[in-house]
Amino acid sequence: MHEFSLCEGIIDTVTTQARQQGFSRVRRVWLEIGELANVELEALRFAFEIVRQDTTAAEAELDIITVPGRAHCLDCAQTVPVQQHFDPCPLCGGYQWRLVSGTELRIKELEVD
Amino acid sequence: MCITCGCGNPEASPHDHEHSHDHHDHSHPHAHNPGVAAHSHTPESRLISIEQDILAKNAGFARENRRLFAVRGVFALNLVSSPGSGKTTLLSQTVRILGDEFPVAVIGGDQQTANDAERIRAAGAPAVQINTGKGCHLDAHGVGHALEQLPLPEGGILFIENVGNLVCPADFDLGEAHKVVVLSVTEGEDKPLKYANMFAAADLMLLNKIDLLPHVEFDVAQCLDYARRVNPTLQILQLSARTGEGMAAWLDWLRQGQRAALAQQAARLETELAAVRARLARTAG
Repeated sequence: MHEFSLCEGIIDTVTTQARQQGFSRVRRVWLEIGELANVELEALRFAFEIVRQDTTAAEAELDIITVPGRAHCLDCAQTVPVQQHFDPCPLCGGYQWRLVSGTELRIKELEVD
Repeated sequence: MCITCGCGNPEASPHDHEHSHDHHDHSHPHAHNPGVAAHSHTPESRLISIEQDILAKNAGFARENRRLFAVRGVFALNLVSSPGSGKTTLLSQTVRILGDEFPVAVIGGDQQTANDAERIRAAGAPAVQINTGKGCHLDAHGVGHALEQLPLPEGGILFIENVGNLVCPADFDLGEAHKVVVLSVTEGEDKPLKYANMFAAADLMLLNKIDLLPHVEFDVAQCLDYARRVNPTLQILQLSARTGEGMAAWLDWLRQGQRAALAQQAARLETELAAVRARLARTAG
């Protein structure tokens, strides 16, 4: 359940930004979460509802943008889509690939007032 | 408030954040990503671009720990596994041997009890236990505080024994040189697939308890194949901490890492020394 720690990180950033940028209420938080990130989205949403209480984000909605997994296959020298760490390359069936994207855990944007 | 990192003080932070803050006043709705639904906001509200990692704070503390390890020539390892894979037995045997060669110390994470730290101390190494309470992983901030309670093994090895959990610790950088994942043959051989994030994050896998192979149904070849599918560059060693079989290769891997950390410390000091000598020469002139 490290989703709680992640939500604490989100609220921490939001609170710091509220102080620095002078807003009092967050309406929406956009996250970018990679398809292969080590996160259970339902657990993240559940944890967010608890961690946001009594903060500037108490009523904030969470919008999650999924970043597709993309890998560079060393054998066929192509960028290919992958959904799991153990997926074979869809072109050559090999496993010699390196992730290019898909493990993101980012706060992208806030809607505030 | 804590002196090292300013925890308890919301203004203090040991690191610089890299992020931009764009206030845009333009009208909406707009699309942020091709293929992603456009979103809108009301006229009273505004959008603030953050573009920051959720784990940025942990990354800052990890950077501090890593800098300390580099300056003091410490080879730091983050040992991760399921509960019951034999990490503490492995570490007890390891520090018993290596403790005669160079400084070693252990930070252990468990939800409760100091039993593991006591076992390590009985094997002759300084050890400190972090009780995470309900927490499921160690973070870099907690490790930074644990370091205050330990004699730092300068020129040696720091073992950080994470909470037994193959999920959450994968995401938290502690400042280590490598994550070492321990898997025992009493578990399923498909764990590298089931917990792929952890095996993808590790640099070395130790297959432990191989003395039990005659008594369990565990397909070693299949397990290693799964592990390499998830992480083609993963190094794998097979051993039994209990009988000592295979321990020599693990100990050699550790000695190599320790020497490399020392060599890096020496190179860093030589660079610093050269800079000081150059300054001295200029002053003499």
